[in-house]
Amino acid sequence: MFRLRNLAHAYNGTEVLHVPLWEADQGAHRLVLGPSGSGKTTLLHILGGILRPSRGSVSVADQDLGALAAGELDRFRGRNIGIVLQRLHLIGSLTVADNLLVAQYFAGVAQDRKRVTEVLAGLDMADKAAAYPHELSFGQAQRVAVARAVVNRPRLLLADEPTSNLDDTRCLQALELLQGQARACGATLVIATHDQRIRQRIAEHYLLEARA
Amino acid sequence: MNLASISLGYLKARRLGTALNVLLLALGVATITLLLLVTSQLESRMRRDAQGIDLVVGAKGSPMQIILSSIYQLDVPTGNIPWREAQELARHRMVKKTIPLALGDNHRGFRIVGTNHDYVTHYGGRLAQGRLWQAPLEAVLGADVAAATGMTLGATFLGAHGLGGGEGEHLHEAHPYRVVGVFARSGSVVDRVVLTDVASVWAVHADQYDIKDVARVAELLPEEGKELTALLVQYASPLAAAMFPRYVNQNSALQAASPAYETARLFTIVGVGVDVLRGFALVLIAAAGLSVFIALFNALAERRYDLAIMRSLGASPGKLMLLMLFEGLLLAALGAALGLALGHALAKMVGLALAQARQVSITGAAWVNEELWIIALALGVGVIAALLPAWRAYRTDVAATLARG
Repeated sequence: MFRLRNLAHAYNGTEVLHVPLWEADQGAHRLVLGPSGSGKTTLLHILGGILRPSRGSVSVADQDLGALAAGELDRFRGRNIGIVLQRLHLIGSLTVADNLLVAQYFAGVAQDRKRVTEVLAGLDMADKAAAYPHELSFGQAQRVAVARAVVNRPRLLLADEPTSNLDDTRCLQALELLQGQARACGATLVIATHDQRIRQRIAEHYLLEARA
Repeated sequence: MNLASISLGYLKARRLGTALNVLLLALGVATITLLLLVTSQLESRMRRDAQGIDLVVGAKGSPMQIILSSIYQLDVPTGNIPWREAQELARHRMVKKTIPLALGDNHRGFRIVGTNHDYVTHYGGRLAQGRLWQAPLEAVLGADVAAATGMTLGATFLGAHGLGGGEGEHLHEAHPYRVVGVFARSGSVVDRVVLTDVASVWAVHADQYDIKDVARVAELLPEEGKELTALLVQYASPLAAAMFPRYVNQNSALQAASPAYETARLFTIVGVGVDVLRGFALVLIAAAGLSVFIALFNALAERRYDLAIMRSLGASPGKLMLLMLFEGLLLAALGAALGLALGHALAKMVGLALAQARQVSITGAAWVNEELWIIALALGVGVIAALLPAWRAYRTDVAATLARG
């Protein structure tokens, strides 16, 4: 589960985000909707413990993120939160398998090749384990990015605009991929998007309004 | 996965840049290593060859030339000194011991040195085969000589007039030498000379006196026919150092030369060249450091998303800092390893070239403790080059970077 309360964030004194209260149960699937510039990415970063909000409290999996020291927050994020970014950002100098192992390494959990193989196999990517990211199609790279986000069995899986620039078929595939993987590890799924096609699949959402 | 394998991944991803940086650093390290190996071996060999010899007396001329020719067997002698005057010096009360040296011929570039058994004792020469010479025209080969010429016990050879290096030398065909012994390798000057009796040298050069019985040449030769090239002198007391050289130099025909002083002077002269080369090598290493810095700094821009992603995966800012430092260190370690290997290989090549010239032996297979300092220097350069990039990596603003794309 997660809970945001009286949350506000400001850049250089200008408030860019305000969330009085938003929460969801463990395992729930939620959307963050809103036009571009409405603070979707900021909200996602705050949920992911990448950004500390100017005000308010954030708790993820019963942990108040504000109560964690910097190092503790890093470790908590590595172990409990998986993030899939719009531009994937796989590490280009490492193989697919190493991109997953590196997630285990930085999270400070045991490096488990069996788990890596298992996650890749679950996404039909087992045969690409030794490939480098530049050898993959976008769809394959997205699977690897999702695999990297779930390899540590996170409690919360975040995805930023996972379906923009995808045709209808691929959009649906990407969504199913995220939902399937979130379900497989019991993670709460939050997708930030302005893609109306996803709304038809996940009804519950938090709507951010455009700011002047 | 760990910092090492991640760094290695990055280095492999840009092989050309990595190779150039490693090579640049290796060249600097190799130059310093080569200098270190050559100068340290040269110094230790020269110190060893001059050990226990307080003074060398030769014919009037350059003291440095006397030392080079009679102790190190490198330069040509300044001339000859009369046997009788050498005898007088040997009997002087400030003198404990003298060793006579008579030069003049060579065999295939190796000098034939006429002396007595004290010379062998002084340099700790041990026989590998046979015995020491007992009669004129018996010769004992240094280890390098035996190896280069392939001669063994019983072999005979001719001395060529002069000290080697000349073309079409005159051979002393009337007086062949016979090999009666071969020395074991000692690392001293004995390795690369042919030792024989002083009387052998007299016999070979006594054509105008028409001596038939070579074995009795020392008795038969008139006084004026007996000459030495130099006399190695050991003092009876340290006080002699102040008095004896002046006493020798009063004699218009003789010149005293102090091995300690001349060797020190030689190293001061050579030292300038060594310092210039060392400075050049340090410039190379500094340039390599700068190049590593530029490479890492550029890498920061390429990798800002990677660094942000690593942070989002749970890496602390300190980890990212270590990652950059580690990469600098890895480059430096590769450069140092390659440079040391290259330096030793070059030293071996210099050694081979010097062996061709029948000169001082230098090996690439020696380890000098100062090389640890070279490694430390190279690694230090790597770390310093990585400091600013590492600090930048530490300061990565994850949210701002990821929000941009």
